[in-house]
Amino acid sequence: MLLRHTPKEITERTALTVNPAKTCQPIGAMYAALGIHNCLPHSHGSQGCCAYHRSTLTRHYKEPVMAGTSSFTEGASVFGGQANLLQAIDNIFTIYEPDVIAVHTTCLSETIGDDIVQIAAKAKDDGKVPTGKYVIHANTPSYAGSHVTGFANMTKAMVDYFAQSTGRREDVVNIVPGYVEPCDMREIRRLANEMGVRTILFPDTSNVLNGPQTGRYQMFPNGGVTIEELIKTGDSRATIALGRLASGPAARALDGKCKVPCEILDLPIGLRQTDLFVDALRKIAGVNVPDSINIERGQLLDVMTDMHQYFYGKKVGLVGDPDQLIALTDFLVSIDMQPIHIVTGTPGKKFEQRIREITAAVPHAVNVRVGGDMLLFHQWVKNQPVDLLIGNTYLKYIARDEDIPLVRFGFPILDRVGHSYLPTVGYRGGLRLLEKILDALLDRMDRDAPEERFELVM
Amino acid sequence: MSNESQLIFEEREDQIHRKGEQPYRLACDRDSLAGAVSQRACVFCGSRVVLYPIADALHLVHGPIGCAAYTWDIRGALSSGPELHRLSFSTDLQEKDVIFGGEEKLHRALIELIDRHGPKAAFVYSTCIVGIIGDDLAAVCRRVSKEKELPVIPVQSEGFKGNKRAGYHAACKAMFELVGTGDVSGISPLSVNILGDFNLAGEIWIIREYFQRMGIETVANITGDGRVDDLRRTHGAALNVVQCSGATMDLAKMMQEKFGTPFIRVSYFGVEDMAESLYAVARFFEKQDSNVLSRTQELVHEELSVLLPQLKEFRQALRGKKAAIYVGGAFKAFSLVKAFRLLGMKVVLVGSQTGTAEDYQELHEITDEGTIIVDDSNPLELSSFLKEKDVDIFVGGVKERPIAYKLGVGFCDHNHERKEPLEGFVGMFNFAREVYTSVMSPVWRFVPRRSRTLAEERFAGS
Repeated sequence: MLLRHTPKEITERTALTVNPAKTCQPIGAMYAALGIHNCLPHSHGSQGCCAYHRSTLTRHYKEPVMAGTSSFTEGASVFGGQANLLQAIDNIFTIYEPDVIAVHTTCLSETIGDDIVQIAAKAKDDGKVPTGKYVIHANTPSYAGSHVTGFANMTKAMVDYFAQSTGRREDVVNIVPGYVEPCDMREIRRLANEMGVRTILFPDTSNVLNGPQTGRYQMFPNGGVTIEELIKTGDSRATIALGRLASGPAARALDGKCKVPCEILDLPIGLRQTDLFVDALRKIAGVNVPDSINIERGQLLDVMTDMHQYFYGKKVGLVGDPDQLIALTDFLVSIDMQPIHIVTGTPGKKFEQRIREITAAVPHAVNVRVGGDMLLFHQWVKNQPVDLLIGNTYLKYIARDEDIPLVRFGFPILDRVGHSYLPTVGYRGGLRLLEKILDALLDRMDRDAPEERFELVM
Repeated sequence: MSNESQLIFEEREDQIHRKGEQPYRLACDRDSLAGAVSQRACVFCGSRVVLYPIADALHLVHGPIGCAAYTWDIRGALSSGPELHRLSFSTDLQEKDVIFGGEEKLHRALIELIDRHGPKAAFVYSTCIVGIIGDDLAAVCRRVSKEKELPVIPVQSEGFKGNKRAGYHAACKAMFELVGTGDVSGISPLSVNILGDFNLAGEIWIIREYFQRMGIETVANITGDGRVDDLRRTHGAALNVVQCSGATMDLAKMMQEKFGTPFIRVSYFGVEDMAESLYAVARFFEKQDSNVLSRTQELVHEELSVLLPQLKEFRQALRGKKAAIYVGGAFKAFSLVKAFRLLGMKVVLVGSQTGTAEDYQELHEITDEGTIIVDDSNPLELSSFLKEKDVDIFVGGVKERPIAYKLGVGFCDHNHERKEPLEGFVGMFNFAREVYTSVMSPVWRFVPRRSRTLAEERFAGS
């Protein structure tokens, strides 16, 4: 047993994280920046940070992931990283020719106190930023928040740097899709398109990190929100932010900066949350929900009703990011499943309260931990077993040791494919989630059924 | 030369050499250019990959969560016993720790972990931020070591203090603290330590078995399937057998200096290098045991009589195909060049992240005319080379794989993500099979590079 070292007895830990359920801010910022067209993310820190983020994103997406690094040396960490960043900006615009360099900081550059705004201004004054090109930045200290915070900060930076208001309102709705997969972003836009709503979606990693095999290596793939679109977000009629933690700050910043009103919703995972998203879109844009979407909704509902007896009373343990967990827990409760252990590594004030509200009717004690880790989660599972685990690839250790089926969902997924192409948001995404959950549960029933109870029809 | 080949930093021109076009000259061992999309990593990364396979030690990362998260069970370094190394332990430094210092937190974390797991030793990794906020890692380690009566060893691996090689050095220094602290009675005069093998996919077990058949005792695995008590006894071995581009070379040198243990450099990849490595060890022990050489010959003969017929089919299919190599350390590249030659393939590109001047000189000597030799490359360069040379297979690591696939080129991971052992004679078979499987896969028929068909026209406009 790989996790034989996990003691069943739970003791409070104050100094130690074991098997983390989060990672650090910069990788989230890098992911968000990849959702801008022709943008090179840039890690202002040691070379290792950038290498780790690129490797992890590559393992998750199975795509090349491009990013520059300031390649800090001992000198830079004593005298500051200004010279490195100036040289990097110069080199990147000269050779790679992106439209934007999106700089994120690291624990190192944050602690030595590099002022990115000042350095970027100097680069501009020195003529190192060609006309029509941009250097933007987000502060992403690794010792605060998590990868989700980093994503939120870089997404907000897109507003801070680009959004402009001309005073003329366009019939466009901004959508901030949250820290979701490229295919989820695409699905969210498809739903809006289907309703006839013009949107600007940012960031947008579809066709960047789930691109086709073209026989060509493109440093900057075709996808991503354009600078022009980002500038225009200030003229949109409204903003819908999906996921409070990942998308809320950008939406509020846009409201503050350009007076674009925002509605902050949970991620559209499952029937009810997708209803809320579609309804918000309908009201804001003043459109009707077309039959095509009603049919998708009906199909999801159809499977929920057809198979409801298999969900009943099934206990689930979840590990993931707050925005995902809130929507997913809501979905699971709505199909009569019982999420009883819920861990996120990401700190945040409102998460526990939200989960408590959503799980109020679950007839068991529900364990919720903000800033928790997978050791604690495993201990909970040992003390109160569950029928299903949902979370990222790292849960496979627990799934194996405790012999519990696992549905992979979240970040990172290092050992399966599909997550970047097949969405889990929207009605169709709900259908995919149900399929995965049912496959896991029914495969287990088949595996464990005694011969005489082995059923052909389920 | 394609247009994209022009996309090379002027400053990097002297880090690329095309054999035959001009007299050999290659710059290396310099810091990466800021802004370059380098494939390199940091000091911490170097230390972590070297030490992490020591399975009964505690590995605690002192820093913000990322450094621990990204190195959690990152490499398939197998253990035949304990699995403590596969867990991720971090002090998860927060803002207040950065302001007020993390020493107390580190102390508490260590005490808790040692009490819970009772490890044989603990390695405590320093990260960038620890170097900046000035936590006295060594002092905390000394204190815990005294309190808990076990070696608690600081690894000075602040990320910014150099590249991966500096991390190897820090790891060797850390291990050296254990060397010479164990009882060496009963160790055979015919004995070795295996250095620089991380037991990916179980490779060190293959090598140990060879040595056993030669009548040679293996004292310590450094570090694959490693154990603290074995490390303590390493000075009792007669010879250090060092693989890899110097990840553990510093340890061999330190041991030579302090204990007089001689070392030889070896490689277990490919038939020639594998056999020569065993012979080199055998020759070393010839004086003590006149039969060791004949036993080794017998072993090599046995293995080859199984392997060579197996390779025949692969060689036929692969003859004349073109290979590109981009690996972490250049030493591995030597063996790969020879292994491809055995398969009848041509190596048209070879490079590494951290090769030294001597490494590149040797690569220059063993490669064919026209071969591109490159130091510290980046995706743009690599992809332009792959296209220019119309490569059939690319050997590299995690960040190179998707580039190959995007271009429609086969790939073999010769790094952390190998799933089959590539060392030893059986490893040569696995390597050949993997190369064959990828190069000959029917999937490439559909990629635009091979089929100038509808697919290309459809994507041409995109």
